[in-house]
Amino acid sequence: MTELLAALREAFPDVACSVALGQAELTVPRERIRDVARELRARGFRLLLDITAVDRMGERPRFEVVYHLYHLELSDWLRLKVRVDSERPELPSVTGIFPAANWPERECYDMFGIRFTGHPDLRRILMPDDWEGHPLRKDYPLPGLRPLPPLVHPQPEGG
Amino acid sequence: MGVEHPPLLFTTLGRLESWARANSLWPAQFGLACCAIEMMATAASRFDLARFGAEVMRASPRQADVMIVAGRVCQKMAPVLRELYDQMPEPKWVIAMGVCASNGGVFQNYAVVQGVDRIVPVDVYTPGCPPTPEGLIEGVLQLQKKIRSGGRPLAPAMPQPTEVAGA
Amino acid sequence: MAATAAVAPSGVKAMVINLGPQHPSTHGVLRVRLELEGEQVRACEPIIGYLHTGIEKTFEDLFYQQAIVLTDRIDYVSPLNNNLCYVLAVERLLGVEVPKRCQYIRVIFAELSRIASHLVWLGTSAMDMGAMSPFFYCMQQRELLLDLNEMAAGTRMNPSYLRVGGLMADLPPGFEQKARAFLDGFPHWLETYRGLLDRNPIWQERLVGTARMTLDQALDYGWTGPLLRACGLGRDLRKTNPYSSYEDFEFDVPTETEGDVYARYKVRLREMEESLRIVRQALDRLPQGPWHVDDRRVYPPDKLEIRQSMEALIYHFKLFSEGFMVPPGEVYAAVEGPKGELGCFVVGDGSARPARVHVRGPSFYNLQALPLCVQGGLLADVVAAIGSIDIVLGEVDR
Repeated sequence: MTELLAALREAFPDVACSVALGQAELTVPRERIRDVARELRARGFRLLLDITAVDRMGERPRFEVVYHLYHLELSDWLRLKVRVDSERPELPSVTGIFPAANWPERECYDMFGIRFTGHPDLRRILMPDDWEGHPLRKDYPLPGLRPLPPLVHPQPEGG
Repeated sequence: MGVEHPPLLFTTLGRLESWARANSLWPAQFGLACCAIEMMATAASRFDLARFGAEVMRASPRQADVMIVAGRVCQKMAPVLRELYDQMPEPKWVIAMGVCASNGGVFQNYAVVQGVDRIVPVDVYTPGCPPTPEGLIEGVLQLQKKIRSGGRPLAPAMPQPTEVAGA
Repeated sequence: MAATAAVAPSGVKAMVINLGPQHPSTHGVLRVRLELEGEQVRACEPIIGYLHTGIEKTFEDLFYQQAIVLTDRIDYVSPLNNNLCYVLAVERLLGVEVPKRCQYIRVIFAELSRIASHLVWLGTSAMDMGAMSPFFYCMQQRELLLDLNEMAAGTRMNPSYLRVGGLMADLPPGFEQKARAFLDGFPHWLETYRGLLDRNPIWQERLVGTARMTLDQALDYGWTGPLLRACGLGRDLRKTNPYSSYEDFEFDVPTETEGDVYARYKVRLREMEESLRIVRQALDRLPQGPWHVDDRRVYPPDKLEIRQSMEALIYHFKLFSEGFMVPPGEVYAAVEGPKGELGCFVVGDGSARPARVHVRGPSFYNLQALPLCVQGGLLADVVAAIGSIDIVLGEVDR
């Protein structure tokens, strides 16, 4: 962990680096995410494990996009956190650096409405294409917005 | 011939037809989620659904009699399920396996259709999450009983889905 | 489903077909849109979302302890690994550590779930390739494992046996005998599977050289687990970042270098052997003692005590009506699931319900690389590739 932190502070002196519950975190400003990702990949963070988002409703900026990377030699994880606000929920895509980012970024778009600029194919992935709303946002109700379809009872034919 | 009751030959044929249909129900492979694994276990050698006439699970709905909806039906899958049901030739029946197919189950949310009976008419509901293979077999047996006791062979399924199989 | 004509780069009309979402070989509701030129695949696009259950949103509506039942339903063929990664995450947020006995029992069940998952993989993949017998043999062995689940947790599938702070209950009497009987009998079955398949010319013809991925490609696409190990990198979280006392056990991490379907097959079979070793060691050295943490703010007191002590009753009541509060914070806990790195990112906000739970399902990332695997191959190889990636749609779509 200490090696990891030292390496990170050396690489990104102006990016906030912290440790929470034994896990290293970098809080990256949105316009720098591509540079940081590229640099991290070059320094041994070869595996992009996960991209997800958290809707911190009530806070500004509202959304927090969370990346998890893994360093193969140091055998440790790193979390990157990028805040985007709800007026302009977009940030650059890292698919050019980590091809694994393609689907998880689509999922963040589908579930939260966060747009990733430069993504080759940003469209819904889990919900039907014509779905309205972004389900994982805190203001989207759990039962959804559509009314329940009625039960189907077949009509007996003839007499 | 001027008789009040239907000819003996035709009721016997009708009963024979129902018996044949009930005892040779071929399920359409419609495993969606966890219930599908239990459905596979039911078809495997310990529980052996083939004993009850379900000799093969047909991949093509056009060769199947009963659609066992095994698992949660989600928004994207719902139109597909309806299309597959429409592709099945009549007479056809539907068993809703498990609570997700019966009424949405654990998932009372936006993504899961709250019961497959909002898409297709259901004949038998089996409770369980997932139903044990014994539970599914009980569901199949209930359906067989329903068919044998005079289900309308030329209409798609029963009018009021009121039977609940199992415990 | 419908077929339309498109023009392929060679000038020949390509056929666009759908494999799925209802298809016997897609291991669930996966739709693969293929552009074929004759039998050769020109383009492939997996389309997912047919099993999107809104699990992550449902997590936010339940107490932490209640949400464990949801985790089973994500990777439903190896449910205890899902339980484990979720409870590890919450326990880390709470700052509790469970006693050794509990950790060893968790290891036993995680490894038995791994074997169960690999049995489903082997049975269904073999069946996709046309080999019917391995399916029945594998399911028969899996029945023994489901019996063990039923003994401990009361239900065969979706056991939800683990709890934050411990287990649902201690191992029942008779469990150890039954587990050992399984361990003693299973190596014979592994030999049977190997005998049926390993040097079977049809199996070799279909698997060797199919869906090859290089290590670089695998890392680019976030592959983990047996897929990555079949490409040559021996990354196994149980060794590199041990959790739940895995460091106490001796086992090897099988790797292959070819990166094709046959290599993945070999890796998984050897993994089953290693799991047997781990379970045997865990049973041999299973410590006596408590099986849950002694913190009443997290784990309810014993039922017998509740009938005698008012204080115990109040703890029980509070835990089940209000849940326990998890301090604000976030953590990512990962376990080595049978399909790869199964991770759980939990965000607590001081209340009794999680603010966000995200499950990193390995199949979601593994499946992304399917177009790369099958490019230029035959249609039949697509089926082999999907089987070898070992997806479970609950994990992909959540």
